[in-house]
Amino acid sequence: MDLSSAHLTLHEAVQLLDAGHCSSRELVASLLAAIKAHDGRINAYLYVDEEAAMAQAEVADARRARGERGGLLGIPIAVKDNLNVKGQPCTCGSKILQGYVSPYDAGVIARLREEGAIFFGRTNMDEFAMGSSTENSAFKVTHNPRHPDYVPGGSSGGSAAAVAGGEALAALGSDTGGSIRQPAAFCGCVGLKPSYGRVSRYGLTAYASSLDQIGPLTRDVKDAALLLGMIAGHDVKDSTSLNVPVPDYCATLTEGLRGMRIGLPKEYFVAGMDAEVEASVRQAVEVCRQLGAEVKEVTLPYTSYAIAAYYIIATAEASTNLARFDGVRYGFRAQGGTDPIDMYSRTRAEGFGAEVKRRIILGTYVLSSGYYDAYYLSAQKLRTLIRRDFTTAFETCDALLAPVSPTPAYRLGEKNADPLQMYLGDIFTVPVNLAGICGLSVPCGATRAGLPVGLQIMGPACREENVLRIGFAYERSRPRI
Amino acid sequence: MTYLTTIGLEVHVQLRTKSKMFCGCATHFGDAPNTRVCPVCLGFPGVMPTMNEEAIRLTVMTGLMIGSQISHYSKFDRKSYFYPDMPKNYQISQYDKPLCIGGGVDIEVNGVFKRVGVTRIHLEEDVGKSMHFKSASGVDFNRAGVPLMEIVSEPDMVSPEEAFNYLIALRRILLYANVSDGNLEEGNIRCDVNVSVRPEDQAKLGTKAEIKNLNTFKGALNALKYEILRQVQVLEQGGRVVQETRRWDADTGVTLSMRSKEDAHDYRYFSEPDLLPVCLSVAQVDQWRSELPELPGERRVRWMKEYSLSEYDAGVLAADREIGDFFEAAARLAVSAKAVSNWVMTEMLRLLAEKELSIRDVRITPWALAELVALTEQRVVNSNTAKEIFAELFEKGGDPAVIVQSRGLGQVSDATAVEAMVDRAMAENPKSVQDFRSGKAAAAKFLIGQVMRLSRGKADPQLAAKILESRLGASPDARQGEDVS
Repeated sequence: MDLSSAHLTLHEAVQLLDAGHCSSRELVASLLAAIKAHDGRINAYLYVDEEAAMAQAEVADARRARGERGGLLGIPIAVKDNLNVKGQPCTCGSKILQGYVSPYDAGVIARLREEGAIFFGRTNMDEFAMGSSTENSAFKVTHNPRHPDYVPGGSSGGSAAAVAGGEALAALGSDTGGSIRQPAAFCGCVGLKPSYGRVSRYGLTAYASSLDQIGPLTRDVKDAALLLGMIAGHDVKDSTSLNVPVPDYCATLTEGLRGMRIGLPKEYFVAGMDAEVEASVRQAVEVCRQLGAEVKEVTLPYTSYAIAAYYIIATAEASTNLARFDGVRYGFRAQGGTDPIDMYSRTRAEGFGAEVKRRIILGTYVLSSGYYDAYYLSAQKLRTLIRRDFTTAFETCDALLAPVSPTPAYRLGEKNADPLQMYLGDIFTVPVNLAGICGLSVPCGATRAGLPVGLQIMGPACREENVLRIGFAYERSRPRI
Repeated sequence: MTYLTTIGLEVHVQLRTKSKMFCGCATHFGDAPNTRVCPVCLGFPGVMPTMNEEAIRLTVMTGLMIGSQISHYSKFDRKSYFYPDMPKNYQISQYDKPLCIGGGVDIEVNGVFKRVGVTRIHLEEDVGKSMHFKSASGVDFNRAGVPLMEIVSEPDMVSPEEAFNYLIALRRILLYANVSDGNLEEGNIRCDVNVSVRPEDQAKLGTKAEIKNLNTFKGALNALKYEILRQVQVLEQGGRVVQETRRWDADTGVTLSMRSKEDAHDYRYFSEPDLLPVCLSVAQVDQWRSELPELPGERRVRWMKEYSLSEYDAGVLAADREIGDFFEAAARLAVSAKAVSNWVMTEMLRLLAEKELSIRDVRITPWALAELVALTEQRVVNSNTAKEIFAELFEKGGDPAVIVQSRGLGQVSDATAVEAMVDRAMAENPKSVQDFRSGKAAAAKFLIGQVMRLSRGKADPQLAAKILESRLGASPDARQGEDVS
């Protein structure tokens, strides 16, 4: 097995290390070499600490030599730049957090550290996870590894590009309205958004607290199951994390599709969507049917309200979550402020990018007295209705299949001028966040231009085993891209 | 024109918890700036709050003490405003679902009792403290995140004195329930006052002003007195009171405008998505109810019955929980509860006031006071000596019997010894003996005084009087009580 292969998975790497076929140092060195070779073109990373990576690899090798094992001992994992890793920067793709060095580990980082993982670098993202193309990063534009003129998707575009482009075995991302699934689809890798509360959010720089979830971006479904099993579960530091048992996701992967009931929400196959995307997804559905699943059409009638509800709730929460970036305690502070308010204004005017400002202003507006009922409260009611849509559908289905995005990746700069166009691209992913359920993005082919297409598998809350099982069966039935 | 005043108070109370509201940092006061902080209370990126359950319990206990309805479903909200002392630029507070609703506090002004209604009690987090230096400002975040309970009163008070007494009464309750240290110097209790005035023939309330952040009760009293005069003056001069927020400048003794209603904050409240709602079961609230301490009023009535105290004495002793606890502990051990009450009411309170101490700081134990009472009742010591012993116990602690013995303070009750001293006093003062025999009863007093002098105050005065009486021949006038020396 070639260590620098863009196909090497986590579970394969663990096998290589366990069998003594390679050392963690060799694995990390080959990865750093790949980053050196490709990242000038892809721009997936904002920060790579080679020295720290090699030092951690050395420690891991020494531990292995002593007979120690660990789920990920000596395995490097890339981390989206909005997750806190002690001693590393965490800019969230924003100028306003320049100079901030995290004093603590996020809950998921602590767990993976326990497993022996190596944290060596931080991946690019839309500023504060606000965007769908990673073009909103304050620092660099990430390119789609499948086609350099195209966006990698977003906001976890750096993580997806790194995994798909051979620059990471696996990565962590965050998904508030599609930010793991959509870039995974655009770049051609696997992306899982776990159910709300399944994974601790502690240490994830919040964008929209009631929607955010951390999840893995991987090269195959088994790796997603592996990582989810390690990061899922209750964390006392996150009151909203669920205190329910975590199943062995890897154990149920191979159970097949016979007897599985799969729904096709008719609102997710609509006029105006890309014909090649639709064809790929329908073909994938057909594969699932052939594998023994029972497929039927279902309806999620409130789907068309999801984007509106999402942009009200997410921006409302964001307007408060991002209030702390004021230049007082850490990060960037603008010069020349005459009093605290003036200092805030200058710091935030210079520190935040256009899209972040747009969403803060929108969120501030919808929470203002006199507008709260018309916007925020209405959006919350819609959210309840959207959640109910899914509850009803899942009464007769174990999972739903749909496209991740109505289009494949678009050209860099193509949708920048019209934010609304960009927002509408999230139509198939945001309902999952609003409902708090889980969603998996699995590659299901490519367009004639060579752009990957993603199949979205949606499952009930805390039934990640369902979507992983379907994803695994489907993935096995077709060759890797 | 006579004017009527309407006052409502919002009292902020720091709760007595070991750790902060949403993180594990200690709530300790007085440490070097920014030494009691962590990523959570500093509002670092990615941190999340976790609930301090003890703060919930203390808030509910307060509600139970003042007869509030306890919410079985309560939640937290974000209150947004920018200020350097606010780490997240929003405060986690409670907006529409507070922990406690309703209730009231009994106050007394000039002998008249009155119940001031409480609208609600909610829980929130304290902010940091801004510090201003010559060329820069800084913020100390040690206080940021300390559990802060806000008690909102109804606009039921009609004078600064009522507001002042409400604060005193509220503080007593907080100390009784042990929910706060109630230390004003450390900022444990701070209040905002809302006040308006109106001509007495007008039914509609006047326009109110809010005076923020008063951190002493005297400050609240003086600020209200000033503000009422100011508002009356505005009206008298034909002006209109504007709705605004003002601050009290204690140095100059005036209130000053901070901001008017037009630029009032829009706090943009919405539910805190990082915390789950607080759901309290009936069983939980009942459990806490069963742990409530006895209320001052209940204590007063019980002590009048159990220890035959006067209403006044019982009231004074019950007003302060720690004084009351001390009294009761001593009364249970002592041969006379009334005597204990006298000691606490007089010597104890006098010395505490004189030395500006709290009863926590003094060394005397309830047991020692009970012993002292026993020694006095058994006439081992006379009352003056007892006061000396009390003062020593107050300062140094110890066992009264040991003090008596080691310092030779015991009363001389040995009849032979006292007889010798009486004889000596009579021999040395023949004139007084003669005066007595010729009918001057006061001469006996003088002779007893001489006996006390000879005994250096230790002779049992009653025994001395009895012996003198038998020596001189009966004369009822010569009978002496205690304390002739």
